[in-house]
Amino acid sequence: MSYILIIGAKSDIAKAIAREYAKHGYDLYLAARNADELKEFADDISVRTQRMVKLVELDILEYKSHKNFYRNLEDKPLGVISAIGYLGEQEKAQADFTEAQQIMDTNYTGVVSLFNIIADDFEKRKNGFIVGISSVAGDRGRKSNYIYGSSKAALTTYLSGLRHRLYDARVHVLTVKPGFVATKMTKGMDLPEKLTAQPEVVAEDIYKAQKKGKNTLYTKWIWKWVMLIIKNIPEHVFKKTSL
Amino acid sequence: MNLMSWGMYPKIKSTVFKFDKKKTLRKIINEHDKLIPYGNGRSYGDSALSSNIINVRPKDYFIDFNEETGLLHVQTGVLLLEILESFVPRGWFLKVTPGTKLITVGGAIASDIHGKNHHIEGCFSECIKEFKIMLADGEVVTCSKEATPELFRVTCGGQGLTGIILDAKIYLKKINSQYINQTTIKTKNLKETFKAFEDYKDKPYSVAWIDCLAKGDKIGKCLLMVGDFRDDGKLNYKVKKQKSISINFPSFVLNNWSVRVFNWLYYGKVKQKVSKQIVDIDTFFYPLDAIGNWNLIYGKSGFTQYQFILPKESSYEGLEEILTAISKSGKGSFLAVLKLYGKANDNYLSFPMEGYSLALDFRIEKSLFCLLDKLDEIVVKYKGRIYLAKDVRVSKETFEKGYPKIESFRQYRKENKMDSKFQSLQSKRVEI
Repeated sequence: MSYILIIGAKSDIAKAIAREYAKHGYDLYLAARNADELKEFADDISVRTQRMVKLVELDILEYKSHKNFYRNLEDKPLGVISAIGYLGEQEKAQADFTEAQQIMDTNYTGVVSLFNIIADDFEKRKNGFIVGISSVAGDRGRKSNYIYGSSKAALTTYLSGLRHRLYDARVHVLTVKPGFVATKMTKGMDLPEKLTAQPEVVAEDIYKAQKKGKNTLYTKWIWKWVMLIIKNIPEHVFKKTSL
Repeated sequence: MNLMSWGMYPKIKSTVFKFDKKKTLRKIINEHDKLIPYGNGRSYGDSALSSNIINVRPKDYFIDFNEETGLLHVQTGVLLLEILESFVPRGWFLKVTPGTKLITVGGAIASDIHGKNHHIEGCFSECIKEFKIMLADGEVVTCSKEATPELFRVTCGGQGLTGIILDAKIYLKKINSQYINQTTIKTKNLKETFKAFEDYKDKPYSVAWIDCLAKGDKIGKCLLMVGDFRDDGKLNYKVKKQKSISINFPSFVLNNWSVRVFNWLYYGKVKQKVSKQIVDIDTFFYPLDAIGNWNLIYGKSGFTQYQFILPKESSYEGLEEILTAISKSGKGSFLAVLKLYGKANDNYLSFPMEGYSLALDFRIEKSLFCLLDKLDEIVVKYKGRIYLAKDVRVSKETFEKGYPKIESFRQYRKENKMDSKFQSLQSKRVEI
């Protein structure tokens, strides 16, 4: 059992995570919609590391397909990492519920549907690890992205509950809260350099934190302190800011 | 955006393009002029700077590897470091590597880089089977020495001025250890240095570190390091984490006296005339990579590397004259690297020729350019040439005198409409 299952494998963070785990000797399942588009990337990892890389089709919004998806994985994975994330557009999501629902279903409902199935299996066999990539945006609602933020807040809470539940089964759950990361998702945004991480650094941090059995990881590390401050600004002050 | 080269001089604003698919790249090429490919920003001067930059570093996929032949197929933005990380543990090494592993494969081709084994293996172009390149009209050509000889000769060493290299097939060489048997020879003057190079020229790797501030009869004293791979089966290579310098050093840190002390310590550390060491790949080939951003020690104004080569028959006289001029100027150079090269190849703009090359780092300051102009005169007098991958200031006249095939290069660019499409600050300065 040496496979790691990475879901949302087309994202830049997921790709960096895939390379990181392959480098450390793991085989990979890369799950995404139209997974065959990842063929060149899978070859890249195989040539670099001589690891097995299997592409598997997964639509996170097709909840009903999730059971079969997991059942069909021949070698059950040692661990699962979700890099699913849909930022959406805040203003559109305010005006158009379809967009809001897409954000919530992708970031929260879909992940819950799949993680429930995987958690059951890991709990039964009494090993494995689950990594969920949430976001610092879930730590406090802000007018610029609170629909995305609230869906990530829900995911953070779900993951902490899952961690609590699986503790006795020795299945570890890691919540990852990245700050700004230079990816396709944030392309075109004017991000402060000192607070922005490269996907490779995020991947390295996640690998180390998972190995160490950390519960929550802020990456870059400075976000732990940034968010501590932001969380502690009194609401009557916070609501007047333009953060 | 502000992309800089390794010398951090000049600092300019450019539009930076990235591309995912060929179609996107074709569109960029169709719609814009003055384009230049940019890899990992490790060339020192302005060869990869222009108002429109195409960043190829994100194109970093490995495509295929043949265990039988050692043929590796990678995209243009793959770093040499990534190749080593994956392949040294499997017993493979680059046939030709420069003194840093932090360059892209595309950059290695564009500068037709060379390494400590130039006298045996030649330039990077020697290990290329073929590469794909998108030309000025958007057409993609598979280029090799056999199929498209002229395109090969203009592109290898052509500083990215012929098109955008997409991927390349290169041969790796077998090794059975990540360790090198190194012999260090300490010499007292230039005469001894030259003799040591000749005595050890059968060794596959050689390079000398020269004390540029030595005066009088000590001019040209050096530590010559030669070596070859061991055969002990130890291949447990891991890329070391880089240390980094967190700030720009104030410019007074690096002065004549601190360099003098550094040189004295470095040279004085070696007691015996000939000594032997076992060192790993990173120590032997890439000593400076250990500090991620060592370019910051030269301060905010940036620095340049002056690298020239002189034909063998005039090397001794020429080097003596140049070292005397530098010593007189009192301008400290942290690093002065001397090397004996093998025969030149056919590529139009490749730097190496049979003879000695010296590379010196200088902090950018007003009075520097005057000294470098003086050195240029000596280089020209002895029929030498300047390395474009390091250069940021050479004049058209000096440059041309060193490269006899320059007119063929210019003509090829013109005929294939590359001259307005692909340009760098450097290409405009030396009019190539």
